[in-house]
Amino acid sequence: MRAILECKSLNKKYANLVALNNVNLTIERGKIIGLLGPNGSGKTTLIKLINGLLVPTSGEILIDGKKPGPETKRIVSYLPERTYLPEWMKITDAISFFEDFYSDFDRAKCMDMLKRLNLDPGRRLKNLSKGTKEKVQLILVMSRQADLYCLDEPIGGVDPAARDYILNTIISNYSENASVIISTHLISDIEKVLDEFIFIKDGNISVHAAVDDVRLREGKSIDTLFREVFRC
Amino acid sequence: MWELDSERPVYIQLIEKLKADIISGYYKAGDKLPSVRDLAAQALVNPNTMQKALSELERTGLIYTNRTAGRFITSDESIIRKLKEEAAALQVREFINSMKQLGYEPEQIIELVTRLLKVEGNQD
Repeated sequence: MRAILECKSLNKKYANLVALNNVNLTIERGKIIGLLGPNGSGKTTLIKLINGLLVPTSGEILIDGKKPGPETKRIVSYLPERTYLPEWMKITDAISFFEDFYSDFDRAKCMDMLKRLNLDPGRRLKNLSKGTKEKVQLILVMSRQADLYCLDEPIGGVDPAARDYILNTIISNYSENASVIISTHLISDIEKVLDEFIFIKDGNISVHAAVDDVRLREGKSIDTLFREVFRC
Repeated sequence: MWELDSERPVYIQLIEKLKADIISGYYKAGDKLPSVRDLAAQALVNPNTMQKALSELERTGLIYTNRTAGRFITSDESIIRKLKEEAAALQVREFINSMKQLGYEPEQIIELVTRLLKVEGNQD
């Protein structure tokens, strides 16, 4: 089967700053991948390139063999780092919004997940706590039947119990043919749900490997490896 | 409860945990296992990793797949008994090693174990 994501000699520069430097990367279907790197390493730039919010300076990025555009947006579900839904919206408004935009949105699944959280869909986003708002946005994003989910820092602002809820939502809702990219620097919290991980630093991909291979070969966690590789 | 340490491959720890659950009788001979997804969600691990662990257990004959009905624990009690004996032997071997390091001779170990088992028996 065709790779869901391919980057070939991908470069992105902002004025004089090199954000991504000659990235070559292939991501297969059916995997959960951790995009791990310190702040400012290029994680969000890569995710924005996948979503067509930025264009490459040079090189190529292909999603299911296609350049980012309307066709790929249909199969990529994106959770940005910052909230973008207007505060005045009720949860039901946000649901209708997603339903209008994305033909692969599964309302029943979304309502079911909200119900399990005991969340009243009539509540306004501005009245939700930060953690609850993040859960709602994740539920919206994971209620799409996408081929690629790009989650930018999905567990950044929430407590450990909410992190487990979020991880559970991710692993129970992607289909066998879909892949999930999770960008984070909170490695110890997510490494057990990952198939593979990517280390990125200063726009360079330094490692792309299977989590269990590293544990088997090196006898250490990805968190430990990260601390060694990125020691300041 | 699934307690996973982060230094060792996850699938190996899942295999150990599932074996322990079979030995302890949490899963009994012939029991149906939850789906890969449900088990993965319980353990909060990647479904692919759970799949790998289950495939490995299948290879050893401890569980089997019925194409339509799902995965089951083997109905062959002798396989489970053997697994249990192996686990017990491992514990005893580790114990003997620790006792040797403490400087105990085999007769002394037997004497001590016998005495303490009696004490425990009296307490029950």
